[in-house]
Amino acid sequence: MSAAAEALARAFAPAAEGEPAWLAERRLEGLRLFEAAGLPHTKLEDWRFTSLDALESLELEPAPEAAPVDSGLADAVRAEVGPALCALFVDGREREIPAGEAEGISLEPLTRAAGNDALGLQGRLGALADPKRRSLTALNAALFAGGASLEIAADARPERPIHLVWLQSDGAHAAHPRFAIRAGAGSRACVIEHYVSGPGARGLCNPVTEIELEPGARLDHVVVQDQSGDVFQLGALAARGERDSELRTTSVALGGRLGRWDVYGTLAGEGARLELNGLYLARARQLLDHHTTIDHAAPRTTSEESFKGILDGRGHGVFHGRIHVRPDAQQIEAAQTHRSLLLSDQARINAKPQLEIYADDVRCSHGATVGQLDVDQLFYLRARGLTLARARALLTFGFAREICERIPLAPLREALERRVLNWLPAGDDA
Amino acid sequence: MPLLEIRDLHVSVEDQEILRGVDLTIEAGEVHAIMGPNGAGKSTLANLLSGREGYEATRGQVLYRGKDLLDRTPEQRARDGLFLAFQYPVEIPGVTNSYFMKASLNALRGARGEPELDAFDFLTLVKQKMKQLDFDESFLNRSVNEGFSGGEKKRNEILQMALLDPRLAVLDETDSGLDIDALRIVADGVRALGREDRAVLAITHYHRLLEYLVPDHVHVLVGGRIARSGDRGLALELEERGYGWLEQEGAA
Repeated sequence: MSAAAEALARAFAPAAEGEPAWLAERRLEGLRLFEAAGLPHTKLEDWRFTSLDALESLELEPAPEAAPVDSGLADAVRAEVGPALCALFVDGREREIPAGEAEGISLEPLTRAAGNDALGLQGRLGALADPKRRSLTALNAALFAGGASLEIAADARPERPIHLVWLQSDGAHAAHPRFAIRAGAGSRACVIEHYVSGPGARGLCNPVTEIELEPGARLDHVVVQDQSGDVFQLGALAARGERDSELRTTSVALGGRLGRWDVYGTLAGEGARLELNGLYLARARQLLDHHTTIDHAAPRTTSEESFKGILDGRGHGVFHGRIHVRPDAQQIEAAQTHRSLLLSDQARINAKPQLEIYADDVRCSHGATVGQLDVDQLFYLRARGLTLARARALLTFGFAREICERIPLAPLREALERRVLNWLPAGDDA
Repeated sequence: MPLLEIRDLHVSVEDQEILRGVDLTIEAGEVHAIMGPNGAGKSTLANLLSGREGYEATRGQVLYRGKDLLDRTPEQRARDGLFLAFQYPVEIPGVTNSYFMKASLNALRGARGEPELDAFDFLTLVKQKMKQLDFDESFLNRSVNEGFSGGEKKRNEILQMALLDPRLAVLDETDSGLDIDALRIVADGVRALGREDRAVLAITHYHRLLEYLVPDHVHVLVGGRIARSGDRGLALELEERGYGWLEQEGAA
């Protein structure tokens, strides 16, 4: 193992007090899997463009149990979302969790929920986010502290969105946020995850989120990765939708020194639908990498995937979108698009669609474009008096906005649009 | 001083000469029409005036308000009151019509030394213009031209013209693909501009628009030159006789 991997593994401690025995076994299993595989490296096909070498020089240490936090940062993020059931986690550990029983939801620390046999987490945790498939997931399984379990009762319709702020503390800390969501049959809810940190953070954030959708459940899920510029964010989402369920996950990634997100979506019941949207903005020497796998495991399932990347400076984007249609999964519709915009000569993108279709009655489409701004659009704006710089900024904003529009909450959508505008190379108003 | 003065203008596109010596003078207060068969160079003239890349003036001169126009950027021309209604308006996904028009109007106002309009004043103004043009307000919140029908795109051009209140409006085939009602609205929009210090150059293949938009001068562009100029009667003559006789005269 590399020095960084060893340092990460050294943080392992036998199960915390009060954790059930099965969880202690899982942690040990995670540790063994991680020690066997180590950190991902560029010799692995899925990591060939994404080197974690820079992580080696960090001298990572475990996040302390109660790191001081900048409450202003958490408040600012809360303000972006507006009225919500908002929970704050620091380095993966719960700091504040609101009561949501009245609205049919139960949100509690995952380590506590694990002891409640009625929730059946023994059979659920790690069932979707397989520690054998991905060593970072194994590491998370071994080391997560606190974490969150969200149960949305059958037919519940919480009026407010459920907002989790995952704050990374200052310093070269390693944190492993863990989140298990179960959306009960027929429920409708909106969950927002915000991954943020202050300017002093320069560690590793290694989150894993698992989402189970029972029949007919509908969940709007938004993930914002807005870490400070020195943080490594290596995350995974694993979701499974039963019959007639509908998951819409929209991700906006604009922070971090290196961001990687592995998404595994399984459409397990007839009529299940997955909409996966992503916008990522990389500049300076940032690398943002998205790997998605959508598994059509049942007939009459639908997936719609739209990713957009904007790359400036020496920014580097990686996108790998895999769609798998199983032999007995007929009448599938799957559409995937990945569009990227390169604003500088030194920006880079590696994009690859991968369709594996083993059924014959399917409608699959994919499209990928890499481009600069359209000259006819630029001219149109200039002919209306906008400077070239302003025209560029406006077109780039429009490109990004098409993804922002899929965010269901107006305050958050508008806040993210403002973030995008501020990120863009300044369009002078002269 | 004429508003626009074009002298012996030769224009090439991809090394091919399209305009071969055009002379045209437009005074403030006038409505001019340029007609002509396909391929005569009508749109080349419109594109050159608006500053589109790829149109090179190899000879001659264009003076706008007494100053050389051709060394100015498209945005400088727009800020100085030159407006092109596009033959093929461009779709811009993700940018709302309202945001776009406000940015445009404020860029022009800034250039004139006028204060920017805030969101409220802008909306009041644009809604008033939309009402005049019988254009539904829902188009404000849609992406620029995205999913608009051909007629709606043209109407959107006229809305921008009404909002930006140009000194010289160049309409490039704004009438093509429009029904009679839409034509009337375009003509009303142009007439609403009709103050004494404004002028319009309407480029069209057909006579129809000119029934509503009564021109003071009609020019026929054939083979890259103005083959004939006249008053409204010339447009009527072209309606009856077509362009063939002028093409033959030009070739002779």
